Amino acid sequence: MCESCGCGETNPHLHEHGHGHDHAHGHDHGHDHGHGHVIPVRSSALALNQRLADQNRGWFRAKGWTVYNLLSSPGSGKTALLERTLAAVPGSAALVGDLQTERDADRLRASGAPAVQITTGETCHLDAHMVAHALDKLPADGIRRLFIENVGNLVCPASFDLGEKVRVVLLSVTEGEDKPLKYPVIFREADLVLVTKTDLAAAVGFDRDAALANIRQVAPRAAILDVSAKTGAGLDAWYRWIEAPAS
Amino acid sequence: METVLRDAAAASRGAPLRALTVRVGPLSGVVVDSLRFAFESLAPGGPAEGARLVVEETKPAFRCPDCGTLYETPVGDYHCPACDSVRGELVAGNEMELLSIEV
Repeated sequence: MCESCGCGETNPHLHEHGHGHDHAHGHDHGHDHGHGHVIPVRSSALALNQRLADQNRGWFRAKGWTVYNLLSSPGSGKTALLERTLAAVPGSAALVGDLQTERDADRLRASGAPAVQITTGETCHLDAHMVAHALDKLPADGIRRLFIENVGNLVCPASFDLGEKVRVVLLSVTEGEDKPLKYPVIFREADLVLVTKTDLAAAVGFDRDAALANIRQVAPRAAILDVSAKTGAGLDAWYRWIEAPAS
Repeated sequence: METVLRDAAAASRGAPLRALTVRVGPLSGVVVDSLRFAFESLAPGGPAEGARLVVEETKPAFRCPDCGTLYETPVGDYHCPACDSVRGELVAGNEMELLSIEV
């Protein structure tokens, strides 16, 4: 990620590597003998992202922002939920990730709140580095809550800490009750699971009890709320949860 | 995989690699088959060309903060077998790391 933009100035540690090894290699040995020479490395592929996420977290704390990472499959209603949320909750701002277009940020800015689009190109998730850059485009004052709408994807975004305080995973009634069982990794660290588009539940024969049982199995610590961004049902409870996220 | 190859090349100081050993957990979001495919695609032309990729797979493991039990679970079931708590703290299972290289 960092190779392409040469941004070492904003993130001074960006070009460090994750490995802490410094093996002594002073001894001479040929490389043509039958067995190899094993060198321990122990470097995490996500070490760089983790360091930047921790840096973001410190920055958020210093600013006094509460930061929410919203994760779901494409089309589960993240943007529609945020359109209403940004308009209803004072001091809100948003970052929104998509592979292409400014459409979602345009929609969110119509709420009157600041919103910055992150276009990831080919990348299927946001990482802490992209978020760090986008923060420069938000106003310095007046923000208390930052909602990060991740790229619609139930797989890769799970692995990338962005520095958020809480993770919210959305499950729309149209996706089927068994999605949590099929994608357990992303649900595991959810602080809240929002069941969205509940206005469509009857039309698609949504089995709420089965869905809740599946969510509780793979996200045992998560709170669960039902919402419809279209009708407004359940949004007051969501706004209350935002004020005091149980995390 | 790009990060893994870069770290491996740095550790060998550019010398040809015989093998790379990586540890992958099922909660890392990394699919081992995809990782192998990426390795085969990216290794040629660098120190890892022709090297073996050894993958150590872990299981999710938790320490229960309520009763102290250390337990492994399948993905999707995180209850403590001793006290049924769901507050277990992850101690293994989300790794994606380069453990060692062989030169």
